[in-house]
Amino acid sequence: MNIDIEVNNEIIKARKGETILEALNRNGIKVPTLCHMDNFTPTGACRMCVVEIEGKKELIPSCSYTIEGWMKIKTHSSRVIKARKMIVELLLSNHPDDCFYCIKNQNCELQKLAYELNIRERKITGKKTKAKLDYSSLGIIRDTTKCILCERCVRVCNEIIGVSTLDIINRGNNTTIATSMDKDINFSNCINCGQCLLVCPTGALYERTNFDLLNEVLNNPKITVVAQYSSAVSVSLANELGMKSGKDISHYLNAILKKIGFDKVLYSSSGADIAIHEQAKELSERIKNKIEQPLISSNCPAWIKYMEQSYPDLIPYVSKVKSPQQIVGALIKRSIADKENLQPEKIFSVSIMPCTAKKIEASREEMTYKGVSDIDLVITTRELAKLIQLYGLSMDNIHPEMADEPFNNRSTASMLLPVSGGLCESIIRSIYKNSTGKEIAKTKISNLRANKPVKRQSVNIDKTKLDFVAVSGLKNVKSILDDIRNKKTDFHFLEILTCPDGCINGGGQPLGCSEKDIKARSKTIYNIDDKETINVAEDNEKLKDIYKEYFNENKNSKKILYTHYSKREVMQ
Amino acid sequence: MNNDIENYKEFLISRILLRDIEEYTKEDKEKLQFLRRDKVDDIVISVEYTSSSIIGGIEELFLAIEKYIDKDSKNYRLVKTGSLGLCSKELIIGIQLPGKTNLILRNINLENFQAVFESVFSKHVSSDYIYGQFRNVLLESWKGVSFIDEIAFFANQQRVVLDNCGRINPESIEEYIANGGYKSFVKALNNYTREEIAEIVEKSELRGRGGEGFLTGKKWKIAINTESNNKYLICNAGEGDPGAFSERLIIESDPHKLIEGIAIALYGIGANKAYIYIEEYNRLAIERLTKAINSAKEYGLLGHDILQSGNSFDIIIRKGAGAYVCGEETALIKFLEGERGMPINKPPYPATKGLFGAPTVVNNSETLINLPKIFEKGPKWYRAIGIDSSKGTKVFSLAGKVENCGIIEVEFGTKLREIIFRVGGGVLNGEKFKGLHIGGPTGRVVAEQHLDEVIDFENENIGENLDGGIIVLDEDTCVIDTVKYFEDFLKKQSCGKCIPCREGTRRISEILENITKKPVDNDNHTTLYRFKGVMQLETLAEVIKETSLCGLGKRAANPVLSSLKWFREEYEEHIFDRECNAGVCQELRTFKIDVEACTGCTICAKKCPTGAIIGTQKAPHFIVQENCIGCGICYKSCKFNAVLSM
Repeated sequence: MNIDIEVNNEIIKARKGETILEALNRNGIKVPTLCHMDNFTPTGACRMCVVEIEGKKELIPSCSYTIEGWMKIKTHSSRVIKARKMIVELLLSNHPDDCFYCIKNQNCELQKLAYELNIRERKITGKKTKAKLDYSSLGIIRDTTKCILCERCVRVCNEIIGVSTLDIINRGNNTTIATSMDKDINFSNCINCGQCLLVCPTGALYERTNFDLLNEVLNNPKITVVAQYSSAVSVSLANELGMKSGKDISHYLNAILKKIGFDKVLYSSSGADIAIHEQAKELSERIKNKIEQPLISSNCPAWIKYMEQSYPDLIPYVSKVKSPQQIVGALIKRSIADKENLQPEKIFSVSIMPCTAKKIEASREEMTYKGVSDIDLVITTRELAKLIQLYGLSMDNIHPEMADEPFNNRSTASMLLPVSGGLCESIIRSIYKNSTGKEIAKTKISNLRANKPVKRQSVNIDKTKLDFVAVSGLKNVKSILDDIRNKKTDFHFLEILTCPDGCINGGGQPLGCSEKDIKARSKTIYNIDDKETINVAEDNEKLKDIYKEYFNENKNSKKILYTHYSKREVMQ
Repeated sequence: MNNDIENYKEFLISRILLRDIEEYTKEDKEKLQFLRRDKVDDIVISVEYTSSSIIGGIEELFLAIEKYIDKDSKNYRLVKTGSLGLCSKELIIGIQLPGKTNLILRNINLENFQAVFESVFSKHVSSDYIYGQFRNVLLESWKGVSFIDEIAFFANQQRVVLDNCGRINPESIEEYIANGGYKSFVKALNNYTREEIAEIVEKSELRGRGGEGFLTGKKWKIAINTESNNKYLICNAGEGDPGAFSERLIIESDPHKLIEGIAIALYGIGANKAYIYIEEYNRLAIERLTKAINSAKEYGLLGHDILQSGNSFDIIIRKGAGAYVCGEETALIKFLEGERGMPINKPPYPATKGLFGAPTVVNNSETLINLPKIFEKGPKWYRAIGIDSSKGTKVFSLAGKVENCGIIEVEFGTKLREIIFRVGGGVLNGEKFKGLHIGGPTGRVVAEQHLDEVIDFENENIGENLDGGIIVLDEDTCVIDTVKYFEDFLKKQSCGKCIPCREGTRRISEILENITKKPVDNDNHTTLYRFKGVMQLETLAEVIKETSLCGLGKRAANPVLSSLKWFREEYEEHIFDRECNAGVCQELRTFKIDVEACTGCTICAKKCPTGAIIGTQKAPHFIVQENCIGCGICYKSCKFNAVLSM
């Protein structure tokens, strides 16, 4: 039902039950906010969105006030602007003056507001809250001095991820966001998914970068620098480079990475084909032998940490297959090195991922071989964009190139992995093809492409009915995990991706992307899947070669392809 | 007659509570007289035993009195009572000799109590210790001793809420029932329907005492009309304001009245469960409240199927850690739900969606304590007290520079002048009145010209700030220092959620801190730079008021804004002349002795309270800055203008 309300002397249409802010935004009236996030509980913490409503003594926060018919609203009266300006000035009075050194320089919502509100003078001065820089994690760095307490990270962590690592502690001007018992983040239950990084309006939360090391090895002729990147990166980087959302630039990216100085550029997707093949095998065996079901996916490192700390009893259910990144990483340092007569220490393996948790995954003990890490450095999509900028490159004058052997080929099934439901789809294709020799019609598994956090798809393969469930957004999985614990489930495979919509919306992806941008990414991936002809992992020609060459007699394949998990104690 | 009070349960329930007064037999009345201590056979010593008197040392005194009684040959009854409200005259002890009225003695301590007691027994008491006597027509009064209702402190009060305070034993449900307690609840339960209860409360025009002054009946009706399986009542007995102690003392003195009020409200709202929020440090209040709830359950006045009416009520005490913001209703609800006590946006208001999502009525404890009297005497009687816009009475804690500190209760419409100069007995030591602070940390400062303002929710100067207490300021109190104290309190107690309150209160507090500090600070910032904030003070305060999320923030700027309005000269004095006439802000100035001008007369050295001035006769003196407290006595006393003020 529509209601007419008067805004700035004009009548606009508002819908019953929506907030003032929603009505204003829909009608193209811009009101600044610092704490608002679409589809989240409004906290009303920042008070930037205040508007003047006739008949009300105080200014009203538009983000949390529901529309009423009689309203006469002024969004930019002098009273409102004065208040907004003062609020930003108050924030700045407790903000370190180091925009130059800040990771969010030119990309900071507070900086932008100060500019928009024309703040040209430091009117309010005083003591600033002291806080320590939390540099403990390999993935996420927290600088609470820059925190404006908008609670966005708290809400994401609580309402989407459901891990609740962050919450507010202390009172008054000592209020701050902290982990439980105010421990450093590496000693908390943080799973490093990085969703909080995506929503932080200032430079209080960011990923750890190590460009100095990278630059050094890139310019060291004695070291072979190898890069691998995920298909989620090649469809997301466009946002950071100012191109059309969702454009796939993998061939250009190969060329750019070579220009930067990487000796080899590989597709993680090739590793994904191996992972799909192995998981399909594992699932078939489990079904055949009737052991722990459902099989739970293992390619999301944030989920793995969460499982180890919160559901260690489910370890037998989780697939032992490594993630594509680690499979490729292990192959580079162990097999390719052997073949090309290189010492593993002389190879610097870089992985470009849409994810901050991958940084932690790479540092796990199980992911090393004779004391050498399989992956030396993980950089995110955002960092890659910075790297491109650092090397003064742009998309002009770049000629598309192929990736390097042996990981330059991939099936489109492997491309699907970063999208929620993609792994299920790929495994179904593999199992179907293995048992029937035919490819499954995509229309039969269309449920997995629905825009929902929890998707379920049944398929009949060889007269057996198999059920697949795909979940994105870790909070949604809790009830399912509890069901598995209580042995109340009836499905065979569970795919879990921590970030909502999957890795295409991962914690390492470009900032400030809208739902539309995310959709464009999955659309590109689906388009590639439709256009290209190799749709099943096993159809990847290189796969057989790789198996023949590196996994002869299955001797070392176990160490390269499989990992193990152990119970993890947090809060000690 | 059976002297063991515990055995009166059956009698009190079946013959007193469930019958009308007209039906009481002569025997019933005699029993009641015993319970009310109208007629006593033994010497009754009633000791005001409250948190206030514990500070005064009642614990030791009580033990000493017990010992004294044990040794003495006479028969005694030693009872604890609540507070009469006269905290500054403590320790207060009442002695009731058989046949005589209760004599109230003041300023009793461990040293003098035996002598005073004996002088009472020999009927030659020094007037220093006599405060007054209770009026009781059944008993012989003391000659030459004024009745307490004639003493100005009591004569100018109207006691509806406090009528039992200081008279009955708060730990005894028997005494409460014998004095008419729980009759209103039984009456409400037996004679009225739910709808009628809310109707009566609405008719009484009772307004919430928590600060906003919202009509209680109206609030109830919103909750009643919201459909839900579950409804809750929350009694807000939290009182974090510095300088306010009235709710605590009322609960300590008459806990059953609150329980009765809550029970009536539970019935009226249609809820089964009430939560009482009270700070953990109010130990005695919690102890007495717990005891009261337990004895009410024992008497069948709480719990399952009360008096066979089919209603079951439960009251749960929830102790808070003392965060001031938990007094705000939405923060309080969050606290009760087990979360961090942080306010949330309104609407929806708790009355439609509150505790665990159910309609919840949050009432202040003082509001609920009014209910028994309204049901005893009717809404019409209640409406007759007070003025058009505000009905009934209001309890205040009166503190600061005033003769009679304590809790007081006055009719709405009473002038501030009457409260301070009649009830309060004027400014302490006859000093000159400067102003008063009303409403706790989020309250306001008003000046002498406001003494004729009346206690009224609609009053533009003090109407929003009738919660908390009244703190009287005399000429020796610095307004800025007082305001600074409250703003500092708010800075620490802000929940930290919304920016204007979190950052704003801290900046206000810093600006005030700067005003009262030396011209050059440790970082070598000079006056001008540090006072930059002063120019912003008013705008800043306005923005905090307009944009904050909850009541705490919206009212956080009140002390500054009101003091700036009424005591602007004092601010200017501090800022421009660097002078604090009250002599409180001693860090404002530094002093130096001009070597040329100093004659070595030694007057300044003699007068310096900290011995910070050194020097021999007829030789120039010198001020040791580390020892100087900046009082300015040397500056004022120098006859040769040799002391320079910087």
